[in-house]
Amino acid sequence: MTRAQFRTPWFLLLPAALLVLWHVAVAQQWVTAGIIPSPATVLQSWQTWIFGGGQAGMLSPYSGTWLDNVTYSSRRVLQGFALAALVAIPLGLMIGWNRLVARLVDPSIQLFRPVPITAWLPFAIAVFGIYDASALFLIGLGAFYPIVVNTTHGVRDTNLLLLRAARMMGARPFTVLAKVVFPSALPSIFTGLRLGVGVAWTAVIVAEMIAVKSGLGYVLWDAYYVGRMDICVATMFSVGLLGYLSDRVIVALSHFVLRWRTLEAHA
Amino acid sequence: MIHISKVSKEFVTGERRVLALENIDLEVAAREFAAILGPSGCGKSTLLNMVAGFERPTRGSVRAAGAEVSEPSPQRAVVFQEPALFPWLTVLDNVVFGPKTQGQPAAEYRARAQQILEQVGLVGFESHYPAELSGGMRQRVGIARVLIMQPQILLMDEPFGALDAQTRSLMQELLLEVWERHHQTVLFITHDIEEALLLADRVYVMTARPGRIKKTITVHIPRPRAMEVTTSPEFNQLRREVLALIREESQRAAVERERVR
Repeated sequence: MTRAQFRTPWFLLLPAALLVLWHVAVAQQWVTAGIIPSPATVLQSWQTWIFGGGQAGMLSPYSGTWLDNVTYSSRRVLQGFALAALVAIPLGLMIGWNRLVARLVDPSIQLFRPVPITAWLPFAIAVFGIYDASALFLIGLGAFYPIVVNTTHGVRDTNLLLLRAARMMGARPFTVLAKVVFPSALPSIFTGLRLGVGVAWTAVIVAEMIAVKSGLGYVLWDAYYVGRMDICVATMFSVGLLGYLSDRVIVALSHFVLRWRTLEAHA
Repeated sequence: MIHISKVSKEFVTGERRVLALENIDLEVAAREFAAILGPSGCGKSTLLNMVAGFERPTRGSVRAAGAEVSEPSPQRAVVFQEPALFPWLTVLDNVVFGPKTQGQPAAEYRARAQQILEQVGLVGFESHYPAELSGGMRQRVGIARVLIMQPQILLMDEPFGALDAQTRSLMQELLLEVWERHHQTVLFITHDIEEALLLADRVYVMTARPGRIKKTITVHIPRPRAMEVTTSPEFNQLRREVLALIREESQRAAVERERVR
C-alpha cells in the first residue's frame, strides 16, 4: 500500500459541491421549473438511455440507444483523428525539417488555421453531403492543425548537438530524420495529439448536429428540439467522459513510448 | 593528418561581422595528441567544428587524412562537451548507434561494444538510459560511442569541462589509457592548462578574439603518463610558462575591452 492510496480525494470536492448546488437549485426552483432537470432525473434518463427497459423505456424513443450512438461518434472521432495524425505528423516533420517545404506549405496552413471548424460546416455539407464524409472532413481538419503545428515545433526544437552527433556517426539525412528528429519531436507530437483529440470531439458533435443523422451530436440536437433536456445533459456528460477517456489513452501511450522522459524528470 | 592552413572564420549576425578566427595555421601529425588551449570565446570550438565538418571556414583550407573537409564523417569522431547522447536510447544502443547506422553486421559490432564498454568501465549499465547516469558516466558513453567506430581522428571539444574535479582527473586517466592503446590522432580543446599539458604532445596556445595561435609548446614528458607527472618539476616549469602566456593574453584582452568601451 502506498501513501497515495490513502490520500484524501480532494479532486472530488468541487464536483460534489457543484452537484449539490445543481440539486438544490432545481429543488428550490431557482431556475424556471421544467427547463433544467434535476441530477436524479438526468441519472435516471441516462440509465434508460443506456440499458433501455422499465416503464420509462417503453415511452422513450432513446431507450437503449446510448451504446449505438457512442459507437457512431467514437468511430468517427477515431477515423477522423487517425486520418489527421497520418497526414499531420509526416507533414509536420517535413515542414520542420525542410526549409523549402516550410516555405511552400506553412503559410497556407497558418492562413487556413484561424478559420473555425464550425465555419467549414456549410462547405463540408455542400461538398460531401449529409454523410459520414462530411463529419470525417470536419473532424480530420480540426485535429490536423494542432498536430501539424506541434510536430513542426518539436522538429525545430531538436538539439543541434544531437543532429551533429548523428551526422558525425555516419547518419544520412533520412536516418537523422527517422532516428533523431522524430524521437526528439515525439513529446511535442503527443502534445499535438492530445490537443487534436479534444478538437476532434468538438468537431464530431458539431458535425453530427447538422451534417449526419446519428451519433451523440445528433441525439443532443434532437433531444433539444423535443424538449428532452435530461437527455441533453446526459449527452454532455457522455461526451465529456469519452473525451476524457481518449485523452487518458493518449497520455498512457505517451508514458509508454516516452519512458526515457519520466526517468529524466526524476533525475 | 590534420592540416589547417590560413583559416579565418567570420560570423555575420545582421549588420555585425565578428572575426572569430584569424589566419590559423596548425598541423597535427598522425598519432599525435594535440591540445588547443585558450580562453573562452577565443573560437577554439569553432576551429574544431571546422575540422569535424560542422562548419566551413570563411577563408583558408581544412584538410584531414589528405582530403578537404566538406562534411562530418565517422573517421573524424567528435566528443562534445555536453555528452549529446540520445536520451531515448539505452547506453548500449547509444554506443552502437554509429556502426548500426553505417550498416555494419550486428555480430561484429556487438562484440566490439562489449570490449569498449569494459574499457571505459560501463559494464552493467548497458540497459540504463542516459538520464539514469552521472555526468562522468554519460561522458564515458560519449567516448565509447566514438571509439567503437575506430576513427583515425578523435576530436574532443572540452569533453571534461562540465565535470567535477575528481571525475575530471579520472576521465583524463581513462583517456590516456585509451590513447595508449589506439594512438588515434587527437585534437583536444580545453581551457585547462594542466589538462592540456598532461594529455598532449603539443599544445597550441590561442589568443582571445580574434583567435590566433600565440605559441606552440611541445610537451616532452615521457609516456605513458599518469596523474603523478603533474607534480614533477618539469611539468611545473611548463605550467609556469603557459600561465605567463595566458596571463599576458587575458591582460591584453582586458585592455582591449577597455579601449572598445
